[in-house]
Amino acid sequence: MNVVLAKSETRRVVSDIFTSVRDRLPGAGKVLDARLQAFEAYERAGLPHRRLEDWKYTDLRALMREVLPLAAAPDASALKRSEAALKAVSAVDAYRLVLVDGVFAPSLSSLKKLEAGVRVQTLRDVLEDSSNAARADLLENGVASGAMIALNAAMATDGVLITVGDGSVLAKPLHIVHVATRSAAASYTRSFLKLGKAAQVTLLESFVVAEGAKSHQVNDAVTISLGDNAHLQHVRLMADSADATNITTAIFTIGANARLATFNMTSGGGLSRYQGYLTFAGEGAEVNANGVNLLNGRQHADTTLFLDHAVPHCSSREVFRSVVDDRAHSVFQGRIIVQPDAQKTDAKMMTRALLLSDEAEADNKPELEIFADDVTCGHGATTGALDESLLFYLRARGLSEKEAQSLLIQAFVGEAIESIASDDLRELAVSTAERWLAARG
Amino acid sequence: MSLLEVKDLQVRVEDREILHGLSLTVNKGEVHAIMGPNGSGKSTLSHVIAGKPGYEVTGGEILFNGEDLLDMAPDERAAKGVFLAFQYPVEIPGVVTMNFLRTAYNAQRKARGESELMAPEFLKKVREVAKRLSIPQDMLKRGVNVGFSGGEKKRNEILQMALFEPSLCILDEMDSGLDIDALRIAADGVNALRSPGRAMVVITHYQRLLNYIVPDFVHVMSRGKVVKSGGKELALELEASGYAQFDDAA
Repeated sequence: MNVVLAKSETRRVVSDIFTSVRDRLPGAGKVLDARLQAFEAYERAGLPHRRLEDWKYTDLRALMREVLPLAAAPDASALKRSEAALKAVSAVDAYRLVLVDGVFAPSLSSLKKLEAGVRVQTLRDVLEDSSNAARADLLENGVASGAMIALNAAMATDGVLITVGDGSVLAKPLHIVHVATRSAAASYTRSFLKLGKAAQVTLLESFVVAEGAKSHQVNDAVTISLGDNAHLQHVRLMADSADATNITTAIFTIGANARLATFNMTSGGGLSRYQGYLTFAGEGAEVNANGVNLLNGRQHADTTLFLDHAVPHCSSREVFRSVVDDRAHSVFQGRIIVQPDAQKTDAKMMTRALLLSDEAEADNKPELEIFADDVTCGHGATTGALDESLLFYLRARGLSEKEAQSLLIQAFVGEAIESIASDDLRELAVSTAERWLAARG
Repeated sequence: MSLLEVKDLQVRVEDREILHGLSLTVNKGEVHAIMGPNGSGKSTLSHVIAGKPGYEVTGGEILFNGEDLLDMAPDERAAKGVFLAFQYPVEIPGVVTMNFLRTAYNAQRKARGESELMAPEFLKKVREVAKRLSIPQDMLKRGVNVGFSGGEKKRNEILQMALFEPSLCILDEMDSGLDIDALRIAADGVNALRSPGRAMVVITHYQRLLNYIVPDFVHVMSRGKVVKSGGKELALELEASGYAQFDDAA
């Protein structure tokens, strides 16, 4: 234990929530100090609330109320239950990396079969290795800020660190699966993916719940960097149980001439926030950041993207679609910043919401902050109901009201799903949407 | 029993009565033309038969094979054999034409308790019909009517008519927006579907269409009623004298 920490400990009143689990959090020395500082930052701010501009539509103090105790580490029975839950997301042939209640589960993962050029470590192993004391950087949040990412840094129990070497082209997708088996408990994971120059990777992320688990909280952070000329197809499907809370922060850094296509679909979770920070770090790069919210009941789902055109000659496209039924609430906030040097930026953002009931709510907040003068930037937002004339046309051709609605909803979200280049993953997103539609009854 | 019997039909849209006691009887195998000036209620009649929302039937009835049509949802009517070829077919971006055709075809079969047709079998059927109507195959892969020309949209309606094999076809202003070549192709497609088991109601403002689709009966509508009925020669008479005489009579 170093002096800084000892001193800070005397100064701080550290909440029970942290002290009680401190011995379960990997890392000592500078790593532990970083955790303490992060926790202090969280304590100071507390859960985000509506008076914070970035959280105005998603007041966690009202919606989440409290942070649940850390989930117990998985035992044999938790792993067994996870195995059953994994079946729901095993359709795609991939290198599976499974985190159960916030802890990497080697027995459920396909670590041994990895191909050359890719290396996977666990966050726990890296932080616990005393020769890695400097790895406190793994708990830094970069451009991301706020209480929830700070809490993640303080509490992260595990995660995966994936490194893909220069020029490596992975034949199969990497698939990170989060499984929750504990009720009324929280898990904190922090993962990293680093693509070397000209590497080509597909990354799939899924969140699933084991049978019987109720009201769990997930706080996940993923930091992704693309080397120059790298290509990444990223697909995140959040189909967690309807009583789950999911707060995820994704941080992307995009190298020169790199291509990033990232797609997030939220169809599960009672309360969720997906906040993405995307930064262009090299010229000539392209980003497609698309998303779909499919919500019903009393679900609340917030997608917030911060896109920083920090360098010239990059292009970005954001297509976001939300379908909101019953009393659900969908939020999309998209901020595009074009820095003074970022000439020849080409940025477009289009968000559309479809309200299927009178009590459904959709909030769209596009923000453009442009500091360069030679750029093409645009955004658009629409909110509306299904077009009656289209519905009648389909019904006049024999489709029932539900069938006609489903077909139009599929077409509506299809515009965002189309961007997924991998046939398997696009099919997976389409079938997730179809399941949601079928469940509307 | 007549295929379609419209008896003393009265229809309102919001506070305005559009049809004031319209009657029409159509038997299998017959082709009826309904002509009339703009605003006479021709399209309203076609919409009410197909079940479009927004119309209030305040009196009269519509029987289809003796059944009360007004009691049925639009999709039930379609499954029973009612087909409306739209004056302005809508564009549905993101819904691939072939997928739409199969979904609709199988929905109708399912509603009738028939087995659904498998994809390869259906594909073959669609391709044959499309070829007959000079519909390029790539149109079937595009969104429904998206980027189609006026003629292509109308041909897509006739393609559906040919696939679904309805017993009653209502063609609402099929000639609107078509040049003479497009009209001929569309009319040939319709004529190929004339059969003893099927009736057609051709709604048109102009006599021109009836040179290509020759009707058995012509009805003149004015101010929400049929004011005169006759044979195909009535259409020519109208072409010469116009609709003004009926406006006066009404």
